[in-house]
Amino acid sequence: MNTLEIKNLNVSIDGQAILKDFSLTIPKGEVHALMGPNGTGKSTLAKVMAGHEDYTVESGEILLDGESILGKEADEISHAGLFLAFQYPMEIPGVSIANFIRAARQAHLPEGEEINAVEYYKELYAKMDSLKIDRKFTARSLNEGFSGGEKKRCEILQMAMLAPQYCVMDETDSGLDIDALRIVSEGVNLMRSDERGFLIITHYQRLLDYIVPDVVHVMFDGHIVHSGDKELAKELETKGYDWVEEEFVGAPA
Amino acid sequence: MSNLELQEEAIHVDTEKGNFKYPENYEFDAGVGLNEDTVRYISKVKNEDPWILDFRLKALEVFNKKPMPTNWADKDLENIHFDKIRYYLSKGQVPARSWDDVPDDVKETFERLGIPEQERKFLAGVEAQFDSEASYSHMKEDLEKEGVIFVGSSEGLAKYPEIFKPYFGKVIPTADNKFSALNSATFSGGSFIYVPKGVKLKQPLQAYFRINAENFGQFERTLIIADEGSEITYMEGCTAPKFETATLHSAVVELVALKNAKIQYITVQNWSSNVFNLVTKRGMADEGAEVKWIDCNIGSRLTIKYPGVVLKGKGARGEVLSIALANDGQHQDTGAKMMHLADNTTSNIISKSISIGKGRSTYRGQVHMPKHLKNCKNNTECDALLISTNSRTDTYPAITTRGLNNTVQHEASVSKVSAEQIFYMMQRGLSEGEAMSLAVNGFVNELMKAFPMEYSVELKRLIDMEMEGSVG
Repeated sequence: MNTLEIKNLNVSIDGQAILKDFSLTIPKGEVHALMGPNGTGKSTLAKVMAGHEDYTVESGEILLDGESILGKEADEISHAGLFLAFQYPMEIPGVSIANFIRAARQAHLPEGEEINAVEYYKELYAKMDSLKIDRKFTARSLNEGFSGGEKKRCEILQMAMLAPQYCVMDETDSGLDIDALRIVSEGVNLMRSDERGFLIITHYQRLLDYIVPDVVHVMFDGHIVHSGDKELAKELETKGYDWVEEEFVGAPA
Repeated sequence: MSNLELQEEAIHVDTEKGNFKYPENYEFDAGVGLNEDTVRYISKVKNEDPWILDFRLKALEVFNKKPMPTNWADKDLENIHFDKIRYYLSKGQVPARSWDDVPDDVKETFERLGIPEQERKFLAGVEAQFDSEASYSHMKEDLEKEGVIFVGSSEGLAKYPEIFKPYFGKVIPTADNKFSALNSATFSGGSFIYVPKGVKLKQPLQAYFRINAENFGQFERTLIIADEGSEITYMEGCTAPKFETATLHSAVVELVALKNAKIQYITVQNWSSNVFNLVTKRGMADEGAEVKWIDCNIGSRLTIKYPGVVLKGKGARGEVLSIALANDGQHQDTGAKMMHLADNTTSNIISKSISIGKGRSTYRGQVHMPKHLKNCKNNTECDALLISTNSRTDTYPAITTRGLNNTVQHEASVSKVSAEQIFYMMQRGLSEGEAMSLAVNGFVNELMKAFPMEYSVELKRLIDMEMEGSVG
């Protein structure tokens, strides 16, 4: 039951099939990496899991600890414990980081319960320090005018503050220089625990040098074609995706 | 159906706080419709000097002759039926000086609106107008000792003509527009304030305007004179119950800031969505003086209002900061006018409008700098936020600049709360209404910092109410 389970998911947009019979199970305590060339449906999967309305789910299931989240609103899915670190975080002008995260935290509390402001800021500052985000950022508008690296660090800050049960990270490494990559990875590694599952969507292997995955999956044309351990990622890095395609795609499962 | 479409359907204006009324029970009633007799009745009830009756009758003539404004107006104006409106309703002409002496139904009305509580907390004086006349008026004693005058329009003209008469109708002449003429013919209530030389009020004076009766027109008249080097902040609020029929509110507000004086005038307009709010507001700033309008329009069916400043003396400063929120069925037609008439004068206009559902907001700005002036500056920023695809915003800036070293700067932007922004915020656990509310508050956030704290809290609460009420 302590799993994020995706079963035979078929998803289309404007009549075009994107995810085709996609299945994946992530138990709590594990980090799974999902790799594959551009345009195979990785980002679609992330958005569908988070409840984006642009996609049509034709069939299949997504279960969070046994509960279906398909058809739920994005905020309900968040409350159920799934967090998505966006590939392209949105800018929200005039809303400070501190106020936004506070409102999000408040939204996760049971009705009638209030955030303790002192405790909140203490925790926020500690987590900002560990992600090497300047404390002055608390007053800045969320993501507005941030560099690519700042945006991604801010995503991880939100993830750390909301402490979800399942984290889906969509191309968090894109746009990061090597220092930022290391900092973001440390932030994620601190959150690894038996109580939490991770799905890390990435195009490149280099992120996985810092966040070492338990399982690596390769995706082609809307579904996973091959899975292995962390060595698989390294193999992909040296040999490219072509050999996977030759060896696994089109062959009977 | 997308989230945003769903939301458009579910939007409604929330004016619940002010949406209650007490039975009508008036001692003085000018009847329905407007003619010379109506005007004579009002003047007689008020026991006015003959010159005031003359002023009113001339204004009535101007009103009857003047066509409806066509250049700066809305077709909806045609739905005002002047012959079906009641122009004067009151329980008496003398306001109580203590809440204990205010009639129970009126007192309860203002208690429900939180006025006595605000007075205790942070105000130097309050006037509470119920339909045509103030029911309550009180100012702290120490201000009275310093010579500050805070009375209604009738009392001001009767008791202190030497102070008020020279400026009455001078900043906004009767014939300025059809509605200033209407007000000049039928005015009742409002605040007449005089702040003596060098007196600086630490706390604001406040007026609260309440419409209780149906088919009624409220025509308050306000004149504030800040003598040399003095400072005053004045705030006004307003509500009315929601009726099926149209209600008319048409005020004239004149501000006079003499040499080096400062006037700050704050409005939080929350009329119910059947009120036509057609108001003329203008300030005059003498040498080194400052007039600042902070104007927030949340309610009403149609608001037409462009607060202005006539920068008459060297080095005078004028400012208009405005926030307008137009929900379904509302049109907020607001803006600012800055008339530079002396060297080294500066003006600043910042306008933020939010259109929700089928709501419409319009910005009209006029900045005038004639040829013979030097070193004048204007800065104009107007930003519009659209919440859904049906929302509408228009910007009509009219800027004339001539002369040496005069500079104007105009920036305008239109942005939209996108479905992706809402999705992003909802992914963090916020409901759709909370996400909208946060985006809207973010949009006005910078500007709200310029507001006095008590009012920015109230405004934030009103915006939250509008936004949260807007999704199911």
